[in-house]
Amino acid sequence: MKSGKFWAWVVFALGAAYFFIPLIATVEFSMRMRRGAYSFDAYQIVLGDPRFQATFGYSVLAAVFTIILGVLIVVPAAYWIRLRLPQLRPIVEFITLLPLVIPAIVIVFGYIRMYGSNSPLPFLATDMGTNALLVIGYAMLALPYMYRAVDTGLRTIDVRTLTEAAQILGAGWGTIIGRVILPNVLIAVLSGAFLTFAIVIGEFTMASLLNRPAFGPYLQNVGANRAYEPAALAIIAFAITWGCMSLIQILSRFAPRSANRPN
Amino acid sequence: MAEPFLSIQHVRKSFGATTVVEDFNLDVEPGEFVSFLGPSGCGKTTVLRMVAGFEEPSAGKIVVGGKDITRLKPNQRNVGMVFQAYALFPNLTVAQNIGFGLKVAGMAKANIDARVAEMLDIIKLPQMADRYPYQLSGGQQQRIALARAIAPKPKLLLLDEPLSALDAKVRVSLREEIRSIQKKLGITTIFVTHDQEEALSISDRIAVMYGGKAEQVGTPFEIYNRPATKFVANFVGTLNVLEGKVTDAAAGTVQVNTQEVSLKGKLNGSKSGDMLSLALRPEAISLGRQPGRDSSLSGEISEVHFLGSVIRVRVGIGGNTVSLDTFNSPATPPPAVGEKAEISFSSSDMLVLH
Repeated sequence: MKSGKFWAWVVFALGAAYFFIPLIATVEFSMRMRRGAYSFDAYQIVLGDPRFQATFGYSVLAAVFTIILGVLIVVPAAYWIRLRLPQLRPIVEFITLLPLVIPAIVIVFGYIRMYGSNSPLPFLATDMGTNALLVIGYAMLALPYMYRAVDTGLRTIDVRTLTEAAQILGAGWGTIIGRVILPNVLIAVLSGAFLTFAIVIGEFTMASLLNRPAFGPYLQNVGANRAYEPAALAIIAFAITWGCMSLIQILSRFAPRSANRPN
Repeated sequence: MAEPFLSIQHVRKSFGATTVVEDFNLDVEPGEFVSFLGPSGCGKTTVLRMVAGFEEPSAGKIVVGGKDITRLKPNQRNVGMVFQAYALFPNLTVAQNIGFGLKVAGMAKANIDARVAEMLDIIKLPQMADRYPYQLSGGQQQRIALARAIAPKPKLLLLDEPLSALDAKVRVSLREEIRSIQKKLGITTIFVTHDQEEALSISDRIAVMYGGKAEQVGTPFEIYNRPATKFVANFVGTLNVLEGKVTDAAAGTVQVNTQEVSLKGKLNGSKSGDMLSLALRPEAISLGRQPGRDSSLSGEISEVHFLGSVIRVRVGIGGNTVSLDTFNSPATPPPAVGEKAEISFSSSDMLVLH
């Protein structure tokens, strides 16, 4: 028993080392810009760079629109599948997994061919159209995470009975989704939203090939041309992702408890 | 009978090739409390769901207050419903749950608050307004669900096995409370249950259902004492069934085992030589000859169970076994297994099952 515990700690320590050593090394390297002393110079340069602010702002805005689009598509779809079309669930689950299987580069080349300026749907003919296409592409990339998060949330409530209870009290579909279903899966939706945010902030392929001024291509550009700044950017990106994960954890504490599962 | 408030006319419901409700008919008077009683899968909940609008009948129509509501959506019917699983909205407080239907109807906030307070008083939980459903017991949640259902003053109240998820003690007190609130408000109510005691104790009338049909509709007294079919007789209450043969249809005599019983006037439509099922409620049978009981059968005691205040005795009569209860008397020892015994009953209490 004691020896088992010892080896469990050894495996844990090895796993932690595998994760933390490169991270610590990156932090250490990002602080060595000034000769002979540790400093935050690389962070100051990165955060003061107007291109950082512009690309980060662009990606945050794209993430917000992606989240709105994802919620508008996924919440009603997952709700309807649970309520009326449960037999379609395996098919929909398979479809939502496709973005993990099909490389983003394949999808983006498909977009360029389908939505070029000479196509019937010329998204790529204008900047706004390209931005919209990028958001649509991001929503698709985030689909596996958003769908699973929302579906898990719906699983914790009795969707059918709550819907019927609201219907019999006079509620229409808008009221049912907006005032009964969404508030009860809000934490799950937020989890999906933060995962979407983390994906969009670091995404490179789509933004680069659609030639959009997003944070991903900026990260790549800085990484190819500078020494210390890429390390600082990597740590900043890590911090953003971890911040999102922490928010999911904090918000999940405020989830409404189900009437049937009081604990 | 007054003009029916709810009229279910020739309703049928099929799911694919399976018919779960077949030619169901029922008229319910205003303010009446009618129970649908039957085993699982008999179609009682499906009928209720068709009245609520959650299922559309394959044929037939449903009329409420003279208006055909068969094709109306549930949110257009002005019907209140209480579900087995409470179905309170977990994200809303008790007051918000009760006021939900009123808010949807666009009622002013002051009026909603007043109605919610009134409902909380009716269900005797005035201090619970700000609690969330998870902070309440099962019984309290179901009372809130009842208040939520009746707050918008629905024309019809539907109760879908509302007591099934509660423990026995709460079930009894809540069913009495439901009945008293229903009487006070005079709201026409349909109550679905598989518990015969529940149905017998609170209903004005009961529709006993089996195989998607109403086997019998009647008052609890009629259902219990004059069951129309073998199923109703067996399903409601405990019944002793004796197989007998008509020996003389004109004289009304039936042979049970080797003994003869007179059932004058009860053998309509039977011919001499027909086999019949005869039924007796345990409380209609006495051990030994008793004054006022015109019929008797002899047998042998096969089982004796001492249950405290009551002694349950089983008597074998040929191939039939009759169960009866006698009160415990400290001065008289209980009968012994193997003893010869005579049971007596009034022939008027004997039911002939078709």
